[in-house]
Amino acid sequence: MRRWLFVLPVVLFGLLTAGFYVGLYTDANVLPSALIDEPAPQFDLPPLPGEARGFSTADLKGHVSLVNAFASWCLPCREEHAVLNALARTKRVPIYGIDYKDKEPAISAWLKELGNPYDRIGADSGRVGIDWGVYGVPETFIVDRSGRIRYKHVGPLTQDDVERKILPLVAKLDK
Amino acid sequence: MTTESRRQPPPYPPPHAGEGKHDNPPQAREGDAARPLPRRRGRVGVGAAARYVLYVIVIAAAFFGPANSARAVRPDEMLPDPALEARARDIGKELRCLVCRNQSIDDSDADLAHDLRVVIRDRLKAGDSDDQVVAYVRARYGDYVLLRPPFQEDTWLLWGGPLLILALGGFGAWQYLRRRRAAPAVPPLDAEERQRLAQLLDEGAQT
Repeated sequence: MRRWLFVLPVVLFGLLTAGFYVGLYTDANVLPSALIDEPAPQFDLPPLPGEARGFSTADLKGHVSLVNAFASWCLPCREEHAVLNALARTKRVPIYGIDYKDKEPAISAWLKELGNPYDRIGADSGRVGIDWGVYGVPETFIVDRSGRIRYKHVGPLTQDDVERKILPLVAKLDK
Repeated sequence: MTTESRRQPPPYPPPHAGEGKHDNPPQAREGDAARPLPRRRGRVGVGAAARYVLYVIVIAAAFFGPANSARAVRPDEMLPDPALEARARDIGKELRCLVCRNQSIDDSDADLAHDLRVVIRDRLKAGDSDDQVVAYVRARYGDYVLLRPPFQEDTWLLWGGPLLILALGGFGAWQYLRRRRAAPAVPPLDAEERQRLAQLLDEGAQT
């Protein structure tokens, strides 16, 4: 009688196992961005000391851009920097930097030591970071031609990320 | 709560190694300076029992003292208008600190939490309603920033789950009780069975 009732625990166990399996390989530190497909925030960041140009919303118009929130005090950013340098050499996409809560002379020394892959850098006291939904650095955004945020990467970019996600998306949005 | 690696002052190069993939600004802990540890004085004549009582008082003070209720909100953040500040506190308690995840921005010492507390107060000063302030933060950080998840399309199972389980359990219990009640009453013993029962009882009485 009611043979199917005996299958129920097995089915429940299977579902639970599937749930745990998915959870095992999901990085809980990566939060989905609320800004995907939303227009980039309005901002106008001042330049770093000694630089002529800052970084503002107007710079994003008319072409695909990569926006990278970083800081000299952030160790994963150091790890990421070589990847950005390599990406800058390909000249596939302009790289813009939001220098998040940084200080002089640390940031100038940092760029001098590691190289500067950024086409423009804006110095942010933290407010513009909040407008971009930044909750730690590094974070990287891809913005399309119309100025909408299309992709967000949390944590340092690796060469693999650039080849598998960033460049294909840039190519797609560029068409 | 912040991880140990982020509790350093901001020297350069930073000594805090980025164990995580994602870094947050280095910072000092405000609470430490505000709550100096009582000095242990080895006074002659103070017995072990008295010292023990002193420890208990100190530990109790650390747990229940005003430092704990002051949370992470710094004096320099507070608004001069107590009504506005009270609203800011209420909003801050409802918003998650995305660095520490399971603390509200009112409880968290993290730098981002501090920035968000300032943003909330700026919005309130600009005349935003409480809902508008929450919407402002939510638009940037998503639903996850709300400590109390809203009832919507992707959360109905979360909110409805307990009711659903209660309904399923109730249905099961109802089925079980109904079947038990519907079960036929036990038929009375016939003559042969009565005789056998008497025989068994007799055997039991003899031993």
